[in-house]
Amino acid sequence: MTDATALLTTADGKPLKAALAASLATRRRRAFLLVAPLFLFIMISFIVPIGQMLYQSFYNDTFSSAAPNLAEWFDANPEGSAIDESAYAALAADLALMKKDKTAGAAGTRINYDVSGTRSMFTSTARKADKFEPPFKEAVLAEEKKWDDPNIWRAMRSASSPFTFDFYLAALDLTRDSSGSIVPVAEGQAIYKTLFWRTLSMSIEITALCLLLGFPIAHLLAVLPMRKAMLLMILVLLPFWTSLLVRTTSWMVLLQSQGVLNDMLVWAGLIDENGRIQMMYNQTGTIVAMTHILLPFTVLPLYSVMKTIPPSYVRAARSLGATSWTAFRRVYLPQTLPGIGAGGLLVFILAMGYYITPALVGGADGQMISNMIAFHMQKSLNWSLAAALAAMLLAIVLIFFWIYDRLVGIDKMKLG
Amino acid sequence: MALPTYASPLEKAWHYSYLVICGLIFLFLIAPIVIVIPLSFNAEPYFTFTEKMLTLDPEGYSMRWYDSLLTFGMQNPEAERGASFWSDFWGNATWMQVTKNSIIIGFFATILSTALGTIAALGLTRPEMPYRKQITAVLISPMIVPIIISATGMFFFYSWMKLPVPSFEGGFHFEWTRLAGSYLGIILAHAALGIPFVIITVTATLSGFDQSLVRAAASLGANPRTAFFKVVMPLIMPGVVSGALFAFVTSFDEVVAVLFIADHTQQTIPRQMWNGIREQISPAILAVATILVMISILLLTTVELLRRRSERLRGVSPQ
Amino acid sequence: MKKAMMLTTALIATGFAASAQELNVVSWGGAYTVSQVEAYHKPFTEMTGVKVNSIDADNPATPLKAQVEAGNVSIDLADIELSDAIRLCDEGLLEEIDPAMLPPAPDGTPATEDFVPGAIQDCAVANIVWATVVAYDASKFPENPPSTLADFFDTEKYPGKRGLLKAAKRSLEMALVADGVPGSEVYEVLGTEEGVARALAKLDTIKDSVVWWEAGAQPPQLLADGEVVMTTGYNGRIFNAMIAENKPFNIIWDGAYMDYDLWAIPKGAPHLEDAKKFLAFSTDTQRLADQAKYISYGPARKSSSALVGMYQDGKTEMAPHMPTNPDNLTNPIWTDPTFWADHDVELSERFNAWLAN
Repeated sequence: MTDATALLTTADGKPLKAALAASLATRRRRAFLLVAPLFLFIMISFIVPIGQMLYQSFYNDTFSSAAPNLAEWFDANPEGSAIDESAYAALAADLALMKKDKTAGAAGTRINYDVSGTRSMFTSTARKADKFEPPFKEAVLAEEKKWDDPNIWRAMRSASSPFTFDFYLAALDLTRDSSGSIVPVAEGQAIYKTLFWRTLSMSIEITALCLLLGFPIAHLLAVLPMRKAMLLMILVLLPFWTSLLVRTTSWMVLLQSQGVLNDMLVWAGLIDENGRIQMMYNQTGTIVAMTHILLPFTVLPLYSVMKTIPPSYVRAARSLGATSWTAFRRVYLPQTLPGIGAGGLLVFILAMGYYITPALVGGADGQMISNMIAFHMQKSLNWSLAAALAAMLLAIVLIFFWIYDRLVGIDKMKLG
Repeated sequence: MALPTYASPLEKAWHYSYLVICGLIFLFLIAPIVIVIPLSFNAEPYFTFTEKMLTLDPEGYSMRWYDSLLTFGMQNPEAERGASFWSDFWGNATWMQVTKNSIIIGFFATILSTALGTIAALGLTRPEMPYRKQITAVLISPMIVPIIISATGMFFFYSWMKLPVPSFEGGFHFEWTRLAGSYLGIILAHAALGIPFVIITVTATLSGFDQSLVRAAASLGANPRTAFFKVVMPLIMPGVVSGALFAFVTSFDEVVAVLFIADHTQQTIPRQMWNGIREQISPAILAVATILVMISILLLTTVELLRRRSERLRGVSPQ
Repeated sequence: MKKAMMLTTALIATGFAASAQELNVVSWGGAYTVSQVEAYHKPFTEMTGVKVNSIDADNPATPLKAQVEAGNVSIDLADIELSDAIRLCDEGLLEEIDPAMLPPAPDGTPATEDFVPGAIQDCAVANIVWATVVAYDASKFPENPPSTLADFFDTEKYPGKRGLLKAAKRSLEMALVADGVPGSEVYEVLGTEEGVARALAKLDTIKDSVVWWEAGAQPPQLLADGEVVMTTGYNGRIFNAMIAENKPFNIIWDGAYMDYDLWAIPKGAPHLEDAKKFLAFSTDTQRLADQAKYISYGPARKSSSALVGMYQDGKTEMAPHMPTNPDNLTNPIWTDPTFWADHDVELSERFNAWLAN
C-alpha cells in the first residue's frame, strides 16, 4: 500500500501526497486570510479594549505613584515591622508631596476603598503637611490621632504596590482585618454578593418565564398550516425588530401607577383609586419588561426544533395507549430539549448582562449587576472596582457561553 | 390544527383553553408595541387613554406631540412654515440632528460590518478553515459580552487611541482624532457590535449553498472572480442584505456605547430617547416610539421578503 | 466604490469640522438649563459670536471628573455643587480662577466683596444659591396639608409614595432634621457613627414607599404623573411646575437644604480662553439678575438682588419664591462642603449598601 502511494505523482513529477498537502495548506491559508481582517478588527476594536479595562481590576497606581516614600519604606520593612518614626517621616514627606501635586484626595480615596472613613484623614492632614517638623510621629498624630490605626498602615502597605487583589475582595464583600486575614465586611455594608445572587435569580426567573410562555406558542406555530403560522410569526418577530427603548417605554406606559393597566383595573372595579398597584420601579417591572423583550429568543429556537418533530410520533404513542399527557411528557417533550436548551441558555446569557431596562424601570430592588458597574463607572468613579465586578460578570457569562457551545454549538445560532 | 376525532371532552376543553392561552401570550407580545400608537395622538399630556379618546371624540386626539417633535430645539419654532422654518428645522431641530447622526453612524457601521463580516463568513464556511470554532466564538462575542462591559472597555481604549481622519478644513489633510467623542469611534464600536449578526446570517445562507455550482461555473470556463460575482454573490445576496439590516438595526437601537463614547455632537435617536424617558417624559416620546415601530414593521417586511427570495433561489421549499 | 469612499470622507469630515468658535457647557438640564440658556448663553453668543452647546447631566461633576481622569476632555465649563468644587479642586482636576477677572458691581464694588461669602472658590465661582426642598401635591392633601420635614417621613398621616434623590448627600441630612435634629447641627450629628445609623434608621421608615429619582427634572414629573404624592426636589424646578405649568404643588421650606452652584473649568478644557470669558460674563450683576427672571434661584451677587423683579410672565413676584428669602429660611441646612468633600465616598458606600439590602 505504502509503495503504491509513493509511486503516485502529479503531472510535474511531485509526489501526489505532498502536492495534496501543499494544496490543502494553500486553501487553509486562503480561508484564514478571508477571516483575518475581521478577526483583527474585532481584536482591536473590541477584545483589546475589554482586556485593557479588566487590567484595571488588579492594577491601580493612584496611591503608589502619589506616595513613593511610603512605598520605599514598605519595601525595606517587611509586614509586621513596627510603625516607627521612619515610617511617619515617610508619611509626612508623602503628605507634603501630595499637597504639592494635589493628589491627597485621589490617594485618600484609594485607601478609603479599603478602610472606610480615611479619605478625610489624607486631605485634612495633607493641608498641614508642609508645616510638620520632626519628630514626625508626634506631629502627625497631633494633627489626626487616627493615623496610628494599624488597619490604615496595612491598607497603605497593600496599596503601595500597584498590583492588587483588593478590588476582587471588595467585589465579593470581603475585606482584610488589621492582622491581614480576609474577613467578610461588616453587617449591613455588603452589597455585591446580594446583587450577584439577585442578578442570577432574576435571570433564572426571566428564563423560566420565557420558556413557559414561549413553549405553547412555538408549538402552535409549528403545528399550524404554513400560511397561518407565518401570519402569527409576525407577532413574534415584530417585537424582535422593535427598538429596546421603545419596548421599555411601552412597559413604563402600561405599568405606571397612573398607567393603562392600573386604569383598567380601577375601571373594572378590581382595585380602588387609592389602591393602585406599584408595578414599576421595582423587581416586578424589570422582570415583566425583560421577559417581553427576551421572549422571541426562546420562541425562535423552540419553533425551529418543533418544526422537525413528526406528528406521527405522538400519534403512535397515543395509539399504543398513552394518555395525551403521557404522550406529551414521554414522547414530545424530550424531543424539544435541544430547543429548550438553546433558547433558555441564550436568554439567560443575555439577561445576566442587561442594563437599560433595569436602569429605567428597576427602581431600587430591580437593579442588576450591570447597573452597579455603571454606577462605579459613571458616578462613584471607582473604576478598578467596576472592572473587578465586570471581570466576575464576564466570567459567569463566558462559562454559560461555553456550555452553550458544548450543548448547542455556536455555529447553530439562528436569528429570525 | 384540528382535534383528532377520538378526543375526549376533557381533551377538547384543554385544547380550547390552550388556544386561549396562546392568544393571551400573543397579546402579551404585541399589545405593548401597539398601545403606544393611539396614545401618541393623545391631546392631553397623559400616558393613558382619556375619556374623550375612549369615546372616539376627535377632540381627544391631536398631532401636537408630532408637532413638538418637529419644533423641539429649533431657534424659531413659531415662524411661518416657509423656507426659513424648514432650514431652521434641518439645521437645529434636535430630533432632526439625532436622526442625521443615527443614519450616518448606522450607515457606515453597517457598511463596515457587512463587508468584513461577509468576507469572513466566506472563509468560515470553507471546510478547510483552521480553528473555526475558536475564531467563530471570538467573532460572536460582541453579542454575548454584556453591553456595559463592552462599552466601558471602549470608553477607556477609545479615550486613549487616536486615528488619522481626513479633514478638509484649511486644505485636505489627515488629522489625528481621538476615537471617543468622534463619529469614527462610534462607527467602529457599532460595527463591532453588529458583526455577530452579519456572521450568523451570512454563514446560515452559505451553509445551504451548493458548492457544485461554483465547480460548474469553473468547468464552464469562469475564473474564480467571475464565479464569485456571477454565481455566488447573487445567491447569497439576500443573506447579506438581511445581515446588513440586522447590523443597521443594532446600531440604530444602540444606546449604551453612545452613552459612554459619544459627546454631544454624536447624540443618536436612542440616546435622545434615553434623555426623554428619564427626564421630561411626555407623549412626545410615544410619537418617536410610534415612528420607530413603523420603521421596524418596514424592516421586518423587507427581511421576510428577502428570506423567502433566498429560499426560492436556493431551491429550499418554504417550511 | 470610489464614490462611496468620497462620500465617506466627506461625511466623516463634516462630523469633525468642529469650529473653534464653540463652547461646551454642562449643566443639570430641564428648567434650570433653560434659564441659563436664556440669561447667559444667548446673550454671550450675541456678544461674541461663540456658539454655546448646552449639555445635560444628572450631576455635571461626574462626567467632568471622568473626562479629566480618562484624559479625554470635551467639557469647557461645568455647573457644579460647592462640595464637588472643593473636592475636584483638591484633586487638581480644575483650572484655578483669579477673582480679578470677575467684573465689579455697577457701583464699582469689587467682585470679591460683591459675591456672598464662600461664593468665590479657588477653582470655581458661584452663580446661584438654591435649595433642595420637599414639594407635595396639594390636591392630595386638601385638609391639614403637610408642613414639616417630619411630615414627609410620616406615611401614616400622609399616605402615598415619596420621591427621594438616590444619593447619600441631602437624604441623610434631611432624615436627621426630620428626626428632630436642628438644621444648624446636622453635620455635628452626621459626623458620628451613631448619627449615620440614626439617619439610615429614619430613612428605613419610608424605604418601601420611596420612588428614587436621579435627574433634577424627574421630581416635578413624578408629582405630575401621580407616581408620588410628596418628593424632594430642587426648588426652582418645583417653582417652574407651579407657576409656568400651573400644577397644584406646594413647597415645604422647613429643613431646606441650601447649596451653591458654581461654574468650574476642567483642566485641559478645549476652549479655555472662551470658557474664562463666559465665566466672567455670566457672573456679572446683570446676568445673574436676569437668570432669576426664569427660575427661582437666588443670585450669588448682592448687587443682583436689587434687580430681581418679576418672573418672565410679568405678574409673578419672584422674591417670595427665592430660597434666600428670610421667610423661607426657617430651619435651613446649609451644606458643609468640606464635610462632603471628605466624606462623600464613604457615606455613598454606606448609603448604597443600605439601599441594596
